[in-house]
Amino acid sequence: MIEAEWFFWLVGGVFLVMAAQMLTDRSNPRRLGTAAFWGLLGLGFCYGTWVADKKAPAEPLGAAVLVMAGLAGFGFTGRGTPRTTTAAQRAAAARKHGNRLFVPALTVPVVALVCAVGVKRLHVGGEPVLQKGSETVLGLGIGSLVALVVAMVMLREKRLSTPLHAGRSMLESMGWAMLLPQLLATLGAIFSVAGVGDQVRRITTAVLPEGSVFLGVVVYCTGMFVFTVIMGNAFAAFPVMTAAVGWPVLVEQAHGDPAAVLAVGMLAGFCGTLVTPMAANYNLVPAALLELKDQYGPIKAQLPTAFLLLGCNIAIMSAFAV
Amino acid sequence: MLVLLGVLVVVAGFATRRNPLLVVGAAGIVTGLLGGLSPQRVLAAFGTGFASSRAVTVFAITLPVIGLLERHGLQEQARALLARFAGLTTGRFLALYLLLRQITAAVGLGGVLGHAQTVRPLAAPMAEGAAERRHGPLTDRAREKVRSFAASADNVGFFFGEDVFLAVGSILLITGFVNTTYHTHLEPLDLALWAVPTALCALAVHGCRLLRLDRTLEHTLRPAPEPARPDGVAR
Repeated sequence: MIEAEWFFWLVGGVFLVMAAQMLTDRSNPRRLGTAAFWGLLGLGFCYGTWVADKKAPAEPLGAAVLVMAGLAGFGFTGRGTPRTTTAAQRAAAARKHGNRLFVPALTVPVVALVCAVGVKRLHVGGEPVLQKGSETVLGLGIGSLVALVVAMVMLREKRLSTPLHAGRSMLESMGWAMLLPQLLATLGAIFSVAGVGDQVRRITTAVLPEGSVFLGVVVYCTGMFVFTVIMGNAFAAFPVMTAAVGWPVLVEQAHGDPAAVLAVGMLAGFCGTLVTPMAANYNLVPAALLELKDQYGPIKAQLPTAFLLLGCNIAIMSAFAV
Repeated sequence: MLVLLGVLVVVAGFATRRNPLLVVGAAGIVTGLLGGLSPQRVLAAFGTGFASSRAVTVFAITLPVIGLLERHGLQEQARALLARFAGLTTGRFLALYLLLRQITAAVGLGGVLGHAQTVRPLAAPMAEGAAERRHGPLTDRAREKVRSFAASADNVGFFFGEDVFLAVGSILLITGFVNTTYHTHLEPLDLALWAVPTALCALAVHGCRLLRLDRTLEHTLRPAPEPARPDGVAR
């Protein structure tokens, strides 16, 4: 069986190799901090296997995460000059290779698709070939490796360091935004252990006038939206707002249909994800990937859609759910 | 009441534009300590949180091959390819991408398309290619706008498509939370069905906004005197 953890080691290993490249990149004014950040990330990926298994203490990893946050947060990371081709060279290469260039690029999603749909059902010796529940993630990894081999053969690229340098400079441009989603997952866990949800419920029940179902819907949906903006993802906002308003007010008091209330409530949270820089993996990382000068570009493009859909969700919930 | 200070830390950090990593780190430490966790447990929470969320970051594995292909002109070729389809404007192309993203996510293939694997190498340059064919060379502002909307098409399609699929994380989170907290029994299928109305609204709202992008581009850019043909890059 191919396990997800093997893939995490591969990703961790790639981060470590890239960290070594960063360390020797003299065009980066902050190469030590940059290499330390990505090196720690790579080590954390590998060590995380045993933390997830509860076979190793989590505290060292926690300390490493805080060091990474400090390194990037206080500006000790930077980026070197990317080693790439000129615009003229690229135009010439595009003319030379033509549409064949799409073959490796499409290999990534196609292999991911095949793994998620087909290989998922394959069993060898009674065990699934790909670890259950991780098929798409593994497919993405296998697809990237296959595509890399295809691309290197097709483009007659002999050195593995060339694609690694190219990937590394994209990572450098994303910088701290790469770590934020994983840090936010932690914040959600700490909030629920510390009882933030109970406090929010006390406040909302004190504020909310009894008997107004529509107001309850508005508070639940808007609360999901606002908390998602603060926490960076709707999954962390959901238990808080559902315990505060969704379940006690809309399901128990107003006898709403629980499936409809909760499903639409979650989607109201997703509207918040569209507008928050905290959801770095959806909003800031793409801005870096697309080399935008305005890192809030995607958020600005999504802002009207987010508010219109929040309105839609409130309307759907009050029309059909309660 | 004190634990809510953690929320305040996030809001204040946001307002003063501190680096989000520092804000979130500080908010976690403050909330954990005020909530009665020992410093050691706070540290452990950061460790387990990182370990269990590694899947968010694995898209980095696609970057080397994408970077290699881009050195050899992948974006240029994607731009040139779209420039050949006369009817496919930027807005129409991105609306199609939105639909494709929503459908693939709705059948459980949310990880197949994405910012690193398809938006940067393919969808964004193709959208730019369509805009260049129609309006001539793009200004920096117009280019930023087209790219931002390409990213937005991916996000909106993914968010409001994936919940229609049963086995997705957010559906399982809802059933898991509600069934254990309130001792009831919710079926994933019911939740998935209730995601359909919003999914259709999302397609309509964002689809219309993407189609309107063509007009916005027309206003901001002077129309090209004649259809610009890229110098034979396309085959």
